[in-house]
Amino acid sequence: MTTEIKSSGSVNKSFAVFLKDLKSELRTRYAINAILMFALVTVFAVSWAVGGIGLDQILQASLLWIVIYFSSLSGLSQSFVKEEESKTVAALKLYCPSFAVLGGKMIFNLILLFALNLLTIPLFGIFIGLDVYNIPLFIIIVILGSLGIVATTTLVAAIISKASVKGALFAVLSFPLVLPLMMMAISGTKKALTPETLISAARMEIQVLVSYVVVMAVLGFILFDSVWND
Amino acid sequence: MKTKLILDGLAKSYPGRPVFKDINAHIESGKALVVAGPNGSGKSTLLRIICAFIRPTRGKATLMNNDKELPGLEIRRYIGLVSPDLVLYDELTALENLSFFSRVAGIRFTINEFEDRLEQVGLMKRGNDKVGSYSSGMKQRLKYCLALLRNPELLLLDEPTSNLDDSGKLLVDKIIKSYKGILVVATNEKSELDYGDQIIRLGE
Repeated sequence: MTTEIKSSGSVNKSFAVFLKDLKSELRTRYAINAILMFALVTVFAVSWAVGGIGLDQILQASLLWIVIYFSSLSGLSQSFVKEEESKTVAALKLYCPSFAVLGGKMIFNLILLFALNLLTIPLFGIFIGLDVYNIPLFIIIVILGSLGIVATTTLVAAIISKASVKGALFAVLSFPLVLPLMMMAISGTKKALTPETLISAARMEIQVLVSYVVVMAVLGFILFDSVWND
Repeated sequence: MKTKLILDGLAKSYPGRPVFKDINAHIESGKALVVAGPNGSGKSTLLRIICAFIRPTRGKATLMNNDKELPGLEIRRYIGLVSPDLVLYDELTALENLSFFSRVAGIRFTINEFEDRLEQVGLMKRGNDKVGSYSSGMKQRLKYCLALLRNPELLLLDEPTSNLDDSGKLLVDKIIKSYKGILVVATNEKSELDYGDQIIRLGE
């Protein structure tokens, strides 16, 4: 008896998990609906609370990241929670290497968060006001901040998926981990909203954000095997 | 390939509730182990331990490959599982499920080959239907199709004929009798005890 196992590569397997999740999501709208609703409600609630008052750069940056982070919380945990609730975990564990599971889920969450940003940021600009003076710096900060949120919350989602009070635990565990990232993202965004600021002025924020993303991603891949299999 | 499954002093207990203790067995390729016992006696738990989904309280389950012990979770690459614990994606079609699992397992099949496999388990022309629209018997047939996809060295069947009609039961009988690897069947059906070269009775 022969077991035909060919190595099709880690990236290929991660991509297969991502495509499966994307296909499932487009058919069930499990996470998209939650994220969209939360993003819209938060933007409109903040807009109503601000009431047309002009905000300074630090308030704009803080509110923007609060909206992005809390909207993402409602959807990013779903990729693992759904596997647990629909009891497909056993099949996934049996056939799919753990690194491919985490890789695929991270890619999926990243695409979901980028899509959320594409919706949230223009809405935020229209209803609350967002005066971006350094667009390349703003894009760099948003991309790095999103990468950091995904690297952290995907691992936390795997941890909380087996718990009974998933939503609350996800927020409680994620927030302290994401706090340093949020502080740097807010600071970097503030600089992008300040007139006549060069990218080099936000060098420290970019360095910290890049380090954060690398550390959390590497930690994720190191710890995930234990989280997934124990 | 010469393979052997060794269950060495396996015991499992949850706080305040022992499930089973001191389970020992050696099963070689071409042989079958039947695990029998009433509901709650630990049959499914034993299969979960073999799959490395849970840890035993004592002892260990080992798959020997050419007299070498497979390390860690490597055993999972050699397992085909049909069990109520194993659920496929309802929102995907049968072909999409097979394609996804074969791709992440590193096996290459063409659509025609998948369709042939589906035909073998009586799911001809239903490959493009979502699994969520399948009856419980059809889902069970699809699990057999997936379990046999990578020609596993170790086939684990938990309640092998549950939800199946008479033709489905005949199909399972055919699969079991033609299977050449190590077979472990967990059942409480008396008629299925005959499959076993060895029988472990739990809950007695």
